Amino acid sequence: MSKFQKEPTKLVPVPSTNKIPERDVDKSPILEARHLGIDFGGLTAVNDFNMAIGRTEIAGLIGPNGAGKTTVFNLLTKVYQPTRGTILLDGHDTAGKTTVQVNRMGIARTFQNIRLFSNLSVEDNVKIGLHNHIGYGLFSGLLRLPGYWKEEKVAHQRALELLSIFDMQDLANAKAGSLPYGAQRRLEIVRALATNPSLLLLDEPAAGMNPSETAELMENIVKIRDTFQIAVLLIEHDMSLVMGICEGIAVLNFGQIIAKGTPDEIQNDPEVIKAYLGSGKGE
Amino acid sequence: MSILNNLINGISLGSVYAIIALGYTMVYGIAKMLNFAHGDVIMVGAYVCFFATGQFGLPPLAGVLLAMVVCTVLGMVIERLAYKPLRQSASLAVLITAIGVSYFLQNSALLLWKSDPKVFTSVVGTGSVKLFGGELTITHVAIVTVLACVVIMLALTWFTGRTKMGKAMRACSEDKAAAQLMGIDVDRTISMTFAIGSALAAIAGVLLCSTYPSLMPTTGSLPGIKAFTAAVFGGIGSIPGAMLGGILLGIIEIFAKAFNTNISDAVVFAVLIVVLLVKPTGLLGKAVREKV
Repeated sequence: MSKFQKEPTKLVPVPSTNKIPERDVDKSPILEARHLGIDFGGLTAVNDFNMAIGRTEIAGLIGPNGAGKTTVFNLLTKVYQPTRGTILLDGHDTAGKTTVQVNRMGIARTFQNIRLFSNLSVEDNVKIGLHNHIGYGLFSGLLRLPGYWKEEKVAHQRALELLSIFDMQDLANAKAGSLPYGAQRRLEIVRALATNPSLLLLDEPAAGMNPSETAELMENIVKIRDTFQIAVLLIEHDMSLVMGICEGIAVLNFGQIIAKGTPDEIQNDPEVIKAYLGSGKGE
Repeated sequence: MSILNNLINGISLGSVYAIIALGYTMVYGIAKMLNFAHGDVIMVGAYVCFFATGQFGLPPLAGVLLAMVVCTVLGMVIERLAYKPLRQSASLAVLITAIGVSYFLQNSALLLWKSDPKVFTSVVGTGSVKLFGGELTITHVAIVTVLACVVIMLALTWFTGRTKMGKAMRACSEDKAAAQLMGIDVDRTISMTFAIGSALAAIAGVLLCSTYPSLMPTTGSLPGIKAFTAAVFGGIGSIPGAMLGGILLGIIEIFAKAFNTNISDAVVFAVLIVVLLVKPTGLLGKAVREKV
């Protein structure tokens, strides 16, 4: 574990006024989305989406079903090319970059519906995440040159270390598709971490988990942030998780941000209550 | 003894089918397309080896290596120019393009090398091993073919299971979008798959023409179709399936030929139909369950 530790940090109390946690204020944000928008034909799925995420912030993106949350993830990872707006990752514009390139630039994600390589072993799933960090070429792989054995050994150890975050190192040889649901969700996070991101996008990480699993997941997300010193942006419907660990929250409705703030501010925001519960005026 | 002789010939022919089928099955598994031009890459490989050893006097092994290099480049160029622009198109469009590329290669060969059959000199000579007082004859070509097939099979299994490029290929075959989001360059992986498949096609072409020495621009066409059948027979997308399908198909074909030359191909395809009726995914194919 200590291998990843850059410098020890302690959790800073949730700031009340800043959009970015205090410890990150003096540093440039890891992600900045400016006036981001996408149209599908005549339908505007996301519009004027603005967000900044601090370098070690855990941020949340919430909103009713169909609000465009996953679309935002798809825009950030370039699965969709935005119609409007700019995405700055660590100050670098990602315009014109491909999915693979933004992954190398430091964005990794998990999926709402699990998309593991289910016929591969747990360890191989992690190694695929490590793909760009394994340094031997096709020929030394084919000919099994010393470089191959050395790099494979490093990859094997690194994969086990990453799996140990979730105490999954004993499952390394199991087939990913045969894991129980909760373990598959955890493996997706490990696989994403293996790509060495500076921003981790989690799409409904607690979906289908029971309260005790969710509580464990919350601890682990914080632990990941602390050990890797990365930012996390998560989409989640489980409000105990969102309000429990997110430092900044953005609320999306009909593709637009209707509120931004700390968990306390969001919980008391009339617009948010209206979006979730209706206005109460006989709609 | 004739049964044993036929069996050996069948395994030898089946090994060639298996090597070709590996190209079909790998490309299908990863790019989800049927590369019908694959059979014609075999023909190109055989011609390259023919000219390299015949006209330029290169040693046989150098001829095979040169054929592999040329076919690898050819496979990658075909993928880049003909298939890659259609990556997002309907699979039917890609299929028709593949048939087009197949005819393009055949007709280019016709233009370049004319239609008269060339007599291919076997790369391993014409010697044979005689057993049981000369009753059983195993040609050197047959031995080399079967050995090549086994070595290729083992190497490919190891490659896809144990190297990072192999793992990237399996990841792409399962879920391209997820692989891409994990930083795997899908285009490069597909290109690599074509390179490997085409290099194998060159080996298959040389071995095929070493056994059946008449080389024409249409030489690769029928073995290509048969190997495709073998890949489907064994379960398309599966590497061991391609091997098993290829070898069984070769054995069935040779025995059917011994029974009656005219109906051998009909028997081969009848067996395919029966297998697919009983097991639609092929012998070793995995059933793909649609999510409801």
